[in-house]
Amino acid sequence: MKIIRRAYLALFALYLIGPIVIIIAVSFNSKRFLAFPPRGFSFRWYAEIFVANDWFSSLMNSLFIAFASATLAVLIATPIAYCAWRFGLRYAKALFALGIAPFILPPVILALAFLLFFSSVGMHGWMLNVIIGHAIFLLALPLVTISLGLESVDRSLIEASQSMGADNATVFRTVILPIAAPFAFAGFAFCFVLSLNEYIIALMTVGFTVETLPIKIFNALRYGYTPVIASIAVLFLLINIAVFSLIAKFSNLSRILGAMD
Amino acid sequence: MQTAPLSRYLSLVPSSVMVGVFFAIPFVMILLTSVSTPAEDVDYRYAFDLQHFERFLTWFYIERALFSAGLCALIALISLLIAFPFTYLLTTFGPRTQTSWLIYILAQLSLSEVLIAFSWQILLSRTSGIGNIIAWIGITEKSFSMSPSAGAVVAALVYLAVPFSVLLLFPALSRLDKSLLEASRTLGASPLRTFFTVVIPVTRPAIISSGVTVFVLTLGAIIVPQVLGRPEHWTLSVLITDQAIFNFNMPFASALAVVLLVLSASVIVLVTRYAGGAKS
Amino acid sequence: MTGLVIQDVTKKFGSIVAVEDVNLTFNSGEMICFLGPSGCGKTTLLRMIAGLEEPTRGMISIDGRDLTGVPVHKRDIGMVFQSFALFPHLSVGENISYSMRIRGHSRSECEDRVTELLDMMHLPGVADRRISQLSGGQRQRVAIARALALNPQVFLLDEPMSALDANLREAMQIELRKLQLELGITTVVVTHDQTEAMTMADQIVVMGKAKVLQTGGPMDIYKTPADKFVAGFIGTSNLLPAQMAGNDTVRVGGAELKVGGVKGDHQSGEDVLLMTRPEEVFVHPVTDAPPANAISGTVTFVRDIGATIEILVDCAGNEVISVLTPKDWPGVKVGEAVNVEMPAAACNVLAA
Repeated sequence: MKIIRRAYLALFALYLIGPIVIIIAVSFNSKRFLAFPPRGFSFRWYAEIFVANDWFSSLMNSLFIAFASATLAVLIATPIAYCAWRFGLRYAKALFALGIAPFILPPVILALAFLLFFSSVGMHGWMLNVIIGHAIFLLALPLVTISLGLESVDRSLIEASQSMGADNATVFRTVILPIAAPFAFAGFAFCFVLSLNEYIIALMTVGFTVETLPIKIFNALRYGYTPVIASIAVLFLLINIAVFSLIAKFSNLSRILGAMD
Repeated sequence: MQTAPLSRYLSLVPSSVMVGVFFAIPFVMILLTSVSTPAEDVDYRYAFDLQHFERFLTWFYIERALFSAGLCALIALISLLIAFPFTYLLTTFGPRTQTSWLIYILAQLSLSEVLIAFSWQILLSRTSGIGNIIAWIGITEKSFSMSPSAGAVVAALVYLAVPFSVLLLFPALSRLDKSLLEASRTLGASPLRTFFTVVIPVTRPAIISSGVTVFVLTLGAIIVPQVLGRPEHWTLSVLITDQAIFNFNMPFASALAVVLLVLSASVIVLVTRYAGGAKS
Repeated sequence: MTGLVIQDVTKKFGSIVAVEDVNLTFNSGEMICFLGPSGCGKTTLLRMIAGLEEPTRGMISIDGRDLTGVPVHKRDIGMVFQSFALFPHLSVGENISYSMRIRGHSRSECEDRVTELLDMMHLPGVADRRISQLSGGQRQRVAIARALALNPQVFLLDEPMSALDANLREAMQIELRKLQLELGITTVVVTHDQTEAMTMADQIVVMGKAKVLQTGGPMDIYKTPADKFVAGFIGTSNLLPAQMAGNDTVRVGGAELKVGGVKGDHQSGEDVLLMTRPEEVFVHPVTDAPPANAISGTVTFVRDIGATIEILVDCAGNEVISVLTPKDWPGVKVGEAVNVEMPAAACNVLAA
């Protein structure tokens, strides 16, 4: 039984990590063409991300869009989650359900919807489009994490605070915010990472005017290889791991993922 | 009442505007555009014209829809088979190991589909992939390329779907009452038998809903079928992108999007009705 | 005939010792209660008998069969879990016959046995119900029936009453004991409730901090507890600091008292504890003739709850509780000086 278990775990890990290992090997390859097993060792393809103007500006575009859309998503989600939880407003609950929907739909449908909408109102290829697009697409994440955070606030704490003379704003600032903030941060971080990696909505909203990294990589894939893509893949994986480690450290990861506390 | 109810609603205005203007309206626009009619001066105008759906009802597009559904069902099945035992084992790990695995799984799950497609392209390439390793070991004379092919599409899509499956199954499996398993053992069932007679039946609703979610997620894949497959492996999502971006045919792209929407929704409804309804 | 034997058993989880050097031997067919506060190792010990944990050291055997290395599913045990652990995806009948179907019994055999067990548990006709349709008490009966379906060699229950309402517990304790006597099956119950242990057990094993503190019949443990921990855990007790003043005499404050039982060797002049049970201590007003074997004190509280009257007396800074029936009621008031009589037979000396 133990042997079967070990073998299965080893195979599973190999399947999951194997492709990543190959990418890492390729990213440190010193030659222009892709090779595995790698020949030589160099950081040249990592330097390229920051030196080559077009790669670097794409990276900056992506980081800016990710930051702005994650912020926007948290700003939209907070009042909805708060009113649904604190006052049990039916309207807020309906808005909550509506806000979850974009994340469940196949993203290409949403991307097409944005394309139709922005072109019909004359916002052709503004960077704002992709920021709004990602915020709406990923709205479900802060909605869910903030609600989880709010649910972990014991309502008797609010009553205790009120009994000592706190009004609604003070209760929010002194009781609810400190408890729910880590969960809001987790929602922000999830949005940030997924926006950074998102392709189709970015393509259909700003594909011809702003190059995000996923768009640039896809274009590069069509016209030929470069090991820079491998180094970007490694960089992105590291960013992802760093962000999720932060969530795990400052928030309750298994609770967010729906496990028992 | 410290706060007048009206001010509660006022605080929801900005969010309502954002969700309403940038989700509800664009969504309705897809529905309208899918039944629009061609016009002289502009590309199309709103009407109730079913010609784009009639175009879908040719064998080429129906075959694409069936292929998409079949492919995604297969991916959902394979990824659940791979992910379920792992997730079960994951819940038995210590908290540190568990968190490390979860972080890695999340990181891989968030990795752009573009990058996943790229890494599988390398993995299956002639010069630097598995073929190369096989030749290097000496099993075959020469290295060979394994993509584009249907196998490559399936392998990479499963790779995309497995982390999702793990995270979708994780809540149910980590909430699974471990004393049920112990009870089964004290009643004479071996660990393997316990797995099949207790773990799987008890978590069946979660397995089914995870399968449906993975199915819908995989329907959304766009890059893997293009990069690792031939045109005959393209899914509905790829066709929608193709129509919208390269053929500028918004009405037909919208009609295909509506088909994709109906396909996803009906699978969700059917499966949850017939498979999930059995539990009291 | 020897039933359950636990020999030199120790269990460590990493550096934490959960069970240390436990040696116990019981006769076949006995009902044994592991009693102790939470975290004392009683559940771990039970789980080692079940095979859900392997001892770090030592050996467990039942009716002469060594269980070391025998996996859970080959041990021939029946176990009732604290949460009952009934399978939510199976009906009542399917739950009960689960073990029989694993052993390949026929459908009709299973059905007959389910009917028989449900009758025995006073739950006829519920075989087709779902677990979610049952009340807490009914679930417990089903869990017991399921554990007994294959007539196991040993019957294990982990805190079986803790999920039940208080008023249901007492009736269930009596019923479980009757059932056990009827079946004559070796049974181990883990509990933190001393009344439960006293109600059901042939043998009580009192545990604390991973060790066995005392083993014996319920009354032996109540009357002559081994130390102050057991005395405090089983029933209420009065513990007064005292010095040995002879073989069977102790000095408490200024008074000398004769004692009935002395636990352990104590030198004359050594600090010890004088233990009495509240129902064996009597209170007399100072105006009455002074009784033999008494100390003086002041009444601090009187609690009359009808069936019994509880008097709290302050004796030179130590509180003594006396529980009396109405016919022994001395009619004292709070603040009154009294003599507290402790008959020699009621006095026990424990190590300080």
